[in-house]
Amino acid sequence: MSETHEMPGEAEMMALDGNAAAGLLRQLFAFEVTVARVVCNGCQSANPLAALRLFGQSMGSILRCPHCNAVLIRVVAHEPEYWLDMRGVKSLRISL
Amino acid sequence: MGTTCMGILGKNSDTAGTEATRRTRLPWRIAELASTRDETPRARTLVLKVEGWPGHLAGQHVDVRLTAADGYQVQRSYSIASAPQSARLELLVERIPDGEVSPYLTEVARPGDRFELRGPIGGYFVWGADRGGPLFLIGAGSGIAPLASMLADRAEAAAGLPTRLLYSARTEEDIIFRSQLNAWAKKDPTLAVTVTLTRAVPSGWSGYQRRIDLEMLREVAFPPTQTPLAYVCGPTSMVEKAADHLVSLGYPPSRIFTERFGPSGEP
Amino acid sequence: MASDGEFPVSRGFVGRRRSPAEAVRVPPGQYVTPEFPILSAGPTAHTPLAQWSFALQEGPNRLTEWNWQQFEALPQTNVTVDIHCVTKWSKLDTQWQGVTIDDLLKAAGLERPPTAYVTAYCDGGYTTNAPVADLLNGQAMIATRYDGKHLAPAHGGPARLLVPHLYFWKSAKWVRGLTFTVEDKAGFWESLGYHMYGDPWKEQRYSGD
Repeated sequence: MSETHEMPGEAEMMALDGNAAAGLLRQLFAFEVTVARVVCNGCQSANPLAALRLFGQSMGSILRCPHCNAVLIRVVAHEPEYWLDMRGVKSLRISL
Repeated sequence: MGTTCMGILGKNSDTAGTEATRRTRLPWRIAELASTRDETPRARTLVLKVEGWPGHLAGQHVDVRLTAADGYQVQRSYSIASAPQSARLELLVERIPDGEVSPYLTEVARPGDRFELRGPIGGYFVWGADRGGPLFLIGAGSGIAPLASMLADRAEAAAGLPTRLLYSARTEEDIIFRSQLNAWAKKDPTLAVTVTLTRAVPSGWSGYQRRIDLEMLREVAFPPTQTPLAYVCGPTSMVEKAADHLVSLGYPPSRIFTERFGPSGEP
Repeated sequence: MASDGEFPVSRGFVGRRRSPAEAVRVPPGQYVTPEFPILSAGPTAHTPLAQWSFALQEGPNRLTEWNWQQFEALPQTNVTVDIHCVTKWSKLDTQWQGVTIDDLLKAAGLERPPTAYVTAYCDGGYTTNAPVADLLNGQAMIATRYDGKHLAPAHGGPARLLVPHLYFWKSAKWVRGLTFTVEDKAGFWESLGYHMYGDPWKEQRYSGD
């Protein structure tokens, strides 16, 4: 993809984090997933899901790597259906 | 209230963490506004009665859903500011000038009004006495809300745990929960509260007068050798910078917990 | 507590300024707003014009490319259109200026589009798909001005795709090119449960609608 200069601009500074997606994810996972450690497929950095940057507003929840901005997790909730894409996640470490 | 057993999903008074309960979806409950309390010109506490409220851990939040007469809906998240031990649920709402929800909650909603509420939510940005300390809490603006819940819990369950709060507000009148913070600090010398003002200071102010930065954190933070836990909450830019500074001061990332509130508190 | 049938109503809550839809002009299920809400799947892109380009591709093959000066020199068209967001916002009489897809093909020397479908790709990685037929005959443009001013980055500037007869997620922000594809390939939202086509008049919000 073409090079861009992504300065900490409007949308980024409005970004929430994975904590704000906890209510939604609570509907999908049988455990508290925001504490899980997520490894980014793009840059390999590891972060708790709660620390991923959240975008998407009412269309869906897009969780991005706070280091390289790659899309890690995408969720669209359309009750009673949920679409979940985790292609950007290299691994998810869960401690139950 | 409830048991002290904490399952993965937090304190549930009706379970010891059975498989069935873990899989139960969080229901929307009806919350009734019992009273309000203006904290600052911009921030108001909502005291709620919630039917069937299962209790919460300090740091957790709730989702609030409002429905207009024509069916239009919005949803927002608010941190719980009250102690887990409290019988009433308290939320802190800061009025955002062009916000869609905060003007309603801070200016229109009155005791007796009801809305839907779901929670408690969150398992990452939580603290309880069992986690220990020392505890370093960093907040700005309405980011003080979950930290207040932690301090209230601490006062009940972990008095004497070395704790420092660094709180950034715009002006003196914007210091949310000021009298409560002073009361806690006065009662317990192991709690130190440091306030920095970023826009204007009253005459005679001898405290910090700028945004939280590396130097300030270096002066206020527990040394990493004491293995403190750090919780940072507030506008996204402050949280990210402060967390980076803590790492550069030697805090392991795994002991830094962050919650971003967007530009100034409302998503 | 009053109820609209399904959800309890919060007394006195109104929310964002909006008015009921006029049945003829506005698609079903929408509210009309004078505001211009900003939704984004990622941070705002800020591509300097000196580094910006727009391309037409067929598969991996670049057919044509324009830099900003060249793009601005293409025939300009002004339109006033209604736009409809899948999150239920409609905004009426929005004014845009840009280059129609018809003019792009002409400038590229393409008498006919090489395939039946197109994927728009954008700075930040966003993509969306559409049948080429929906982009021709004045139905779509690459817009560079909104309301008489250069398109702000938060709204997709320097350039965005504008396809107002489909839900607005198809009007991709920060667009950098169109790739002609043989098959209709699901873009960012289409691969996550949103409708492949997205006709607001048929309320094609989600796949299966």
